[in-house]
Amino acid sequence: MTTSGSDMSVESVVRRVVADHRDQRGALLPVLHAVQAELGHVPQEAIPVLADGLNLSRADVHGVVTFYHDFRREPAGRTTVRICRAEACQSLGADRLVSYARESGLTLGETSADGAVTVEQVFCLGNCALGPAVEANGRLYGRMSPSRLGSLLDGAPNGMPKQTPEETPNETLDGTLNAAVSS
Amino acid sequence: MKNSSHTAATVYVPRDSAARSVGADEVAGALQRAATRGDFAIDVVRNGSRGMLWLEPMVEVVTPQGRVGYGPVAAGDVDGLLAAGMLDGADHPLRLGLVDELPWLARQTRVTFARVGVTDPLSTRDYTEHGGLAGLRAALDMTPADVVAQVTESGLRGRGGAGFPAGVKWKTVLDCADELKFVCCNADEGDSGTFADRMVMEGDPFLLIEGMTIAAHAVGASEGYLYIRSEYPDAIATMREAIETAREHGWLGKGILGSALDFDLHVRVGAGAYICGEETSMLESLEGKRGTVRAKPPIPAIEGLFGKPTVVNNVLTLTTVPVVLANGAKAYQGLGVGRSRGTQVFQLGGNIARGGIVETAFGITLRELIEDYGGGTRTGRPLRTAQVGGPLGAYLPTSMFDLPMDYEAFAEAGAMLGHGGIVVFDDSVDMAAQARFAMEFCAAESCGKCTPCRVGSVRGVEVIDKIVAGTHRDENLALLEDLCDLMTDGSLCAMGGLTPMPVRSALTHFPDDFLGGRRLLDIQPVRASQPVQASGARTEGTA
Repeated sequence: MTTSGSDMSVESVVRRVVADHRDQRGALLPVLHAVQAELGHVPQEAIPVLADGLNLSRADVHGVVTFYHDFRREPAGRTTVRICRAEACQSLGADRLVSYARESGLTLGETSADGAVTVEQVFCLGNCALGPAVEANGRLYGRMSPSRLGSLLDGAPNGMPKQTPEETPNETLDGTLNAAVSS
Repeated sequence: MKNSSHTAATVYVPRDSAARSVGADEVAGALQRAATRGDFAIDVVRNGSRGMLWLEPMVEVVTPQGRVGYGPVAAGDVDGLLAAGMLDGADHPLRLGLVDELPWLARQTRVTFARVGVTDPLSTRDYTEHGGLAGLRAALDMTPADVVAQVTESGLRGRGGAGFPAGVKWKTVLDCADELKFVCCNADEGDSGTFADRMVMEGDPFLLIEGMTIAAHAVGASEGYLYIRSEYPDAIATMREAIETAREHGWLGKGILGSALDFDLHVRVGAGAYICGEETSMLESLEGKRGTVRAKPPIPAIEGLFGKPTVVNNVLTLTTVPVVLANGAKAYQGLGVGRSRGTQVFQLGGNIARGGIVETAFGITLRELIEDYGGGTRTGRPLRTAQVGGPLGAYLPTSMFDLPMDYEAFAEAGAMLGHGGIVVFDDSVDMAAQARFAMEFCAAESCGKCTPCRVGSVRGVEVIDKIVAGTHRDENLALLEDLCDLMTDGSLCAMGGLTPMPVRSALTHFPDDFLGGRRLLDIQPVRASQPVQASGARTEGTA
């Protein structure tokens, strides 16, 4: 797998992926997913090749690549962490996770300068009863706390801590909410 | 007590991604290790989740008395549980009792979710032994028109949110003369607080295949597309595997179950666009385009995917169809109230003590769901509001919690039952911030095709900020009202059209949060609008 190959390797990958999907109706999205799976992102030089292979205009392809949140124009960090900010997770302090990431010097939607971690927001991971939810490198985590997020942001594969419903709210909502409870 | 008998104990550990998110894989691994060490004879089966998500990971052991549950189990509890005699259903602090008799589950009417959590999702034997394929077999013995009539008579309405009668939609497609028709399932469940689609795809995937196949027979379609959001990798993998297995068993492909029906099904993966949950946007996306909405008419039933007649239904609609066909329209119609027939799969999420899936007949009240089933808030603080029906649904105050769950009753109250998702908030919530978020979300996720949604949402954020800051408050309140009217009346689809619902409900029921009359609790309001000082760049939350 390459993430920064030459034009030639991008072209050959894209041509092969297009050929693999030739018999699918409206194949552009599956093709883009496959290109991103192989190259880690959809590089600019893939666009004319895709347009040519799928008989579309470059503007059409560019429009699709930029419309969808999933498609990256640049490679992601070695660890990608996505914090759910939808309402169910908000109700359990998802914004505290976002603040924690910010305080760690990370900007949502950007990759850290050393290329270690990309932190993003996402709206709903379908784990609304066990929020706040975070996904890291394709793995879903429920009842996330700032401290556990910290180990994910450090790229450490975070084992599942022992938790019970009684103790998790405190762990998850430590700090301001507990301060409010006692106020 | 060691289990040294020759028959291994069957132990269920959910493979549902919510259960996995709190350690189900680790629990299954610990059980496997105990079995591999030879200490215990254990046959671990990965089932779906029963939907009691606060008890996950919930482990079930098959005993002569029935399935005994333990939970929530951490990997570190496994050795102790085994030593205590879990495989014989013995007592332990984590023992929950016979799962089927747990009040939370026993009180429900599980129709669509009857098998979810009970069976191994990818076992064809489990599927047929638990009633699978009965609906499809019944349908194949009927003419397409009779199948459509059954669905119409059942009163089944689209479970995606709009509540349009499924049979009426199907009849339109059936009546179209075309050699190529499609069945599309919209599994782009992007609403916060909704996870039933995910659970049924992960927990009972053959049911969705069966429902789509019945739809294909009913309308004369030969191809089906299942559009699943990329945020659900487990559902995607499970559905792909189930489709492969179904093809091998003659449940998909040519001459399904020995009938004349040819139908094949393809999974397509979304790419992180909330708007593709809207049916016409999803069709555009399936065609390989930007997911912008189409103006209707023409309706997709007549000109849908690639311009062909197309059934577009939600996962829960299609997974309810096999039950309707298997048990008859009358049985389904007998459940529910008014024009809301059958059952709804309510999803309890957010700040709730016992979150999960409650499938029950329409007509149950919000209070019964949140307080009786849900046990109030998880933080233990007073309830303040619940948002029902996703990010475009209304925020309801506790004074309205006796509202029955019924499409018409909700519409009359200025709210939306939608997909049956319920997100609970305690009294620490800042409702002006929630209203602002609704506009901000619309700005981030608008497809951009029509101006009221694309621009109105950005202006909405600004106007709410001015109201909260006390800048020309009366004028800006009037402006917000006007903007909400315009978005409601002038947007092409529900995204711009319904965003005013959470905004207006917050303003109507919780005006003090906007007008500074409520002393906010000692909680740091974290607003997405705070500029990020570190880099000076703002990338999140803006249009």
